[in-house]
Amino acid sequence: MNTPENLSRIASQVRRDIIRMVNGSSSGHPGGSLGCTDFLVALYFHFLKLQPKNFNMNGNGEDIFFLSNGHVSPLWYSVLARTGYFEIKELSTFRKLNSRLQGHPATHEGLPGIRIASGSLGQGLSAAIGTALAKKLNHDERLVYCLCGDGEMEEGQIWEAAMYAGAKKTDNIILTVDVNNQQIDGSVEQVMPYGNLRPKFESFGWNVLEMDGHDMSAILATIQQAQSLTGKKQPVVILMKTVMGQGVDFMMHTHKWHGVAPNDEQMKTALSQLEETLGDY
Amino acid sequence: MNKFTYTDKKDTRSGFGAGLLELGKSNPDVVALCADLTGSLKMDAFEKEFPDRFFQIGIAEANMMGIAAGLTIGGKIPYTGTFANFSTGRVYDQIRQSIAYSDKNVKICASHAGITLGEDGATHQILEDIGMMRMLPGMVVINTCDYNQTKAATIAISKHHGPVYLRFGRPVVPNFTPADQKFEIGKAILLNEGNDITIFATGHLVWKSLEACEILEEKGIHAEVINIHTIKPLDTEAVLRSVKKTGCVVTAEEHQVHGGLGDAIAQVLARHHPVPMEFVAVNDSFGESGTPEQLMIKFGLDSVNIVAAAEQVLNRKKSEVHF
Repeated sequence: MNTPENLSRIASQVRRDIIRMVNGSSSGHPGGSLGCTDFLVALYFHFLKLQPKNFNMNGNGEDIFFLSNGHVSPLWYSVLARTGYFEIKELSTFRKLNSRLQGHPATHEGLPGIRIASGSLGQGLSAAIGTALAKKLNHDERLVYCLCGDGEMEEGQIWEAAMYAGAKKTDNIILTVDVNNQQIDGSVEQVMPYGNLRPKFESFGWNVLEMDGHDMSAILATIQQAQSLTGKKQPVVILMKTVMGQGVDFMMHTHKWHGVAPNDEQMKTALSQLEETLGDY
Repeated sequence: MNKFTYTDKKDTRSGFGAGLLELGKSNPDVVALCADLTGSLKMDAFEKEFPDRFFQIGIAEANMMGIAAGLTIGGKIPYTGTFANFSTGRVYDQIRQSIAYSDKNVKICASHAGITLGEDGATHQILEDIGMMRMLPGMVVINTCDYNQTKAATIAISKHHGPVYLRFGRPVVPNFTPADQKFEIGKAILLNEGNDITIFATGHLVWKSLEACEILEEKGIHAEVINIHTIKPLDTEAVLRSVKKTGCVVTAEEHQVHGGLGDAIAQVLARHHPVPMEFVAVNDSFGESGTPEQLMIKFGLDSVNIVAAAEQVLNRKKSEVHF
């Protein structure tokens, strides 16, 4: 049984993986990865029905997750490895030559667990809707999940997709938006103060939930509530409040660690704040 | 020379619509998406027959490409339909990342390609699409010449796993290929044998090349005419076999001179067998409003232009010394 305490322990290890991977390649995106860790750990270790040992592209009979903000790839790779899609030691190849763990997620190298490339922002929600439609045609009851960033909401394609899912009642999809109010050039408020997301999604016909992305009990309760709202002629979106860099004090509450790797000394400080619970890779 | 005749004139897009409908009946995995151009793309019959497998996306082409990519996860074979302009340039990054790089089994079906779109003018007349699509690794690029061939290609590409760009057009043109001709991706079709010059043509320019071939024949010039319906992968074997015999080449296409069929053939010849070559294509300019016939003449894509290009390369062939 995955209690909130157990999941938080897994999340601590995943955060260590993120720091070590990004340091290992001297590149990558630690901030958003750390911020979304609690959510993705809860999703993969508690909710999703998966076949990690028997990965196939179609995923019939499985839940399917799409990472639209592909730059938080170290988080996804750690979670995929630790749910059994590939060996944990492969995390050490992140962003290096001849690796299956590309800078942004890709299918090209055949990494199990990934069904579409992402990184160029705004595209994942459309793909998730497509797979949700395929599931309906296949009478497959499992759900489709998608994670986007709040900076990513500035891409026009997101709103084409939001319009479609609301208008066509794609009700087997749960979108989560990582609301950390940070993007590369500064806060979302500074770069593009686009206002509240709730009324935007509501006006397109979505069911909107909100949650604290670092309270594991709240995450479990909210995802469960989101699941109960599927199949009711409305798509569901969770606006997830997070702190970029969560878990490492000097990376928190700033956009500066969006795409910068910690050096060895910074890594040491970061790891001292994160308990090794499952063993480093 | 072989005499080519036609019993009827039809638009290639109707061939697409007919092929899609037939495919819908034979393959339950085939689904279709359209961005508010169902009638123009002749997808209405499919929509009527298979409403559950037809997705009206609205005027949101980027979302259409993404949804199509997602539908392949779950085993569907999505056919997207809109004008060639909105099928390529408008959504290049979506095709690049979500479809080509992700190796998704999406069939991008593009109508109203080139200047024969006519009166709507240059905003809608894309002449760069073949170039954009053939630069994408793994993308199959097809430009069909008439109704029958478009119908056959529409059905044939369902059996190829991977992304395909299928390009066709708006106007009514001679329907001359046999209705029962098998469509083989990447296999050029020899239409007329000749020893003096090879004309490689694609799309609407195939019929124009046959017209040019007749004019050349009257002048005592025996032209070989080859229909390159698949620009990628290119049938290099057929290209080299013919050129080694004839020793000079004209390419003909309704596309910019840059990036299309001419470039593809030139690359093969530069590497393996350089010969005098001319390009009948749009010469680095945008199109404009007019009837398709007027525009083909104004932009130099008529049979007389192919004849002139042929005479030019023949002169070069005679005067050049080859080592």
